Amino acid sequence: MTTLRDEDIAVSAAVPTQRAARLRPTLRHAIVAVFVAIAFAIPFVASSFVMFQLSEVLIYGLAILGLNLLTGFNGQFSLGHSAFYGLGAYTAAILMHNYEVNYLWTLPAAGVVCFGVGFLFGLPALRLQNLYLALATFALATAMPQILKFHALENWTGGVQGLVVDQPDPPDFLSMIDGDQWLYYVTLVVVLLMFAAAATLVRSRTGRAIMAIRDNPIAAAAMGINTSLYKTLTFGVSALYTGVAGALSALAVAFVAPDSFTIFLSISLLVGLVIGGVGSIPGCLFGGLFVLYVPNIANSLSNGLAGAIYGVILLIVIFVMPAGAAGFVRAVIARLSRWRQNPTEGGYR
Amino acid sequence: MKQLTRRTILAAAPAALTLSVPFVSARAKDYGPGVTDKEIKLGNTGPYSGPASGYSPVPKSQVAYWKMINDQGGINGRMINFISYDDAYTPPKTVEMARKLVEDDKVFFIASPLGTPCNSAIWHYMNEKKVPQLFVATGATKWDDPKGHPWTIGWQPNYQSEGRIYAAYILKEKPGGKIGVLYQNDDFGKDYLKGVKDGLGDKASMVIVEASYETTDPTVDSQVVDMKAKGCDVFVNCGIPKFAAQAIRKAAEIQWTPLHVLSSIGNSVGATLKPAGLDNAKDLVSDFYLKDASDPKWKDDAGFKEWSAFMDKYIPDGDKLDQGFVAGASLAAMAAQVLKQCGDELTRENVMKQAANLHDITVPMLLPGIKADTSATDFAPLKQVQMAKFDGQRWNLFGDLIRGAIG
Repeated sequence: MTTLRDEDIAVSAAVPTQRAARLRPTLRHAIVAVFVAIAFAIPFVASSFVMFQLSEVLIYGLAILGLNLLTGFNGQFSLGHSAFYGLGAYTAAILMHNYEVNYLWTLPAAGVVCFGVGFLFGLPALRLQNLYLALATFALATAMPQILKFHALENWTGGVQGLVVDQPDPPDFLSMIDGDQWLYYVTLVVVLLMFAAAATLVRSRTGRAIMAIRDNPIAAAAMGINTSLYKTLTFGVSALYTGVAGALSALAVAFVAPDSFTIFLSISLLVGLVIGGVGSIPGCLFGGLFVLYVPNIANSLSNGLAGAIYGVILLIVIFVMPAGAAGFVRAVIARLSRWRQNPTEGGYR
Repeated sequence: MKQLTRRTILAAAPAALTLSVPFVSARAKDYGPGVTDKEIKLGNTGPYSGPASGYSPVPKSQVAYWKMINDQGGINGRMINFISYDDAYTPPKTVEMARKLVEDDKVFFIASPLGTPCNSAIWHYMNEKKVPQLFVATGATKWDDPKGHPWTIGWQPNYQSEGRIYAAYILKEKPGGKIGVLYQNDDFGKDYLKGVKDGLGDKASMVIVEASYETTDPTVDSQVVDMKAKGCDVFVNCGIPKFAAQAIRKAAEIQWTPLHVLSSIGNSVGATLKPAGLDNAKDLVSDFYLKDASDPKWKDDAGFKEWSAFMDKYIPDGDKLDQGFVAGASLAAMAAQVLKQCGDELTRENVMKQAANLHDITVPMLLPGIKADTSATDFAPLKQVQMAKFDGQRWNLFGDLIRGAIG
């Protein structure tokens, strides 16, 4: 995990401001608008199955964004986000299965529950730094499947058998679209709102405080930032994002079971974070694409060696894009703008 | 169960249309999706990677078995295109892969997906889409549900009925015994425990210690010591090989010699008894429905020879002591039987009809006398097992075939 060293994080976080200087805001907004338009148009051309996969990509992207807020922007490590993802999924599933709550209400409910748990977990986590924090959160991830199987909770969690959830129906006035398309739109809207909120957050005063703590906690404290409050709040917000992603996944998969939320999920999210770009918000979606599709690609090349091929692809991607997809895009833009300023130099130095 | 919602119908109608149109126009014969005059496309999911990759011989040997069938000319002249995907034993991935198989690859049906949580995840989906989920590779009890889930059919004797068989044996051998049960804290472990207690009926209080372990635990030594200390004289050991072996070894170390019943999950000589020490395993009792590939008594058995030749040719680097290869080959052989029975009426409806119409069917590695039997109200193909006692070298089958009380 050398990519997660402090200086790397500092570099990748410093770049967005440079990029903002290079890509004019109007152009950036135009690019985002084009992507959003494409995202809304896809269901008209793609099959139900592809819509299901893309919903999962968005969901993983949202979960990775949660982890990114904590790790990329605040410098706290977590291997425990599978636990928050699972908690969100189970909150939604239990509300729908046992209490017949409307699926849309389960999303904020999952967010609130995960925020609370994340905030509380953030309090003891204040005393732990770097690897020690990673280890503490690792404990959370290993404990989660067992807690879900715990005998006393079986009435709610369904124990090892898990819970079956009904996939949401499209509303009556939208009867021409099917369940997968509707779910995709619900996911897309929720994810867009939450990405926009995250972008606003990191550009705000609060966001600067969060990043200042990452870059130099002592200096941040000296400037009057309440570091413990901001760190625990960031933990809570991070858990909220990942928890809402978990709730959406419960709707998409229509089933939750303890085996869905093991430590492997945490590691996948971490891989997605690094691949997408530590400290980059749009990069999270690329991380989501990687988490969903690359294991499938590896599997299609060879069943027996899927794990090894996955590893090789991972190494190649890390080698080609050491700062993640976001860093790669930034480097390309930087080179293009250099070339535009001085075309005689050619595209390379 | 509120399955037949408006969404179900809405989702099923366009799917049915898109799936059926090309076939109706292309040919007059009665074919379901994924079937042509030359080919039948089947799907499968299994744990090639992830925490349960120890089970990967099961899907691997299915792939190899269908290859053998193709080399022998296929089934009724059609080659089998068997598509097997990795789901890493994670339910969301199983859902994704099953949907890919059904909607993208357009397979005829899905054969023997592995794992209780994985099959649970696609249970409703498969039944909603009316795609057969044939011979699931798990021993949970719930798969025998022809009314609620007419598109899913089980396979192996379920864990609960095995537990009942152990209880019946204990009641006969040691009616006043004090029982300690060691089980894994998950679906199959709890199914065994329930089976044992149900089988004991009003004598369920004979179970005085219920000790569970997690797959992540380092040892089960303390559970075993505790059972001896509490005076247990019957030990039902429902551990997977690693933990079953530890328990056998520990019991010998502390010179505890209960009536020791070992569940079929952990009764592999290669994986459990050798590491535990063959001497320590003497007089253990267990149950079987497949032939133990490590047992030399089968060496002249026609079924074993067939399987062994298959292994030599198609999986030359596979460990023949791994029962996963036996299970996978048997699953594929049974699915092949269903396809043979279907003849040229290759519709999904007929697959389920034929799967529920197995009478006295046997495949090479089932124990002699064990037959698959199903009917429209009975979706549990295998129900019989035979008890066996370990003599320090190998398992010796004894007694009659026993029929589980459930399913």
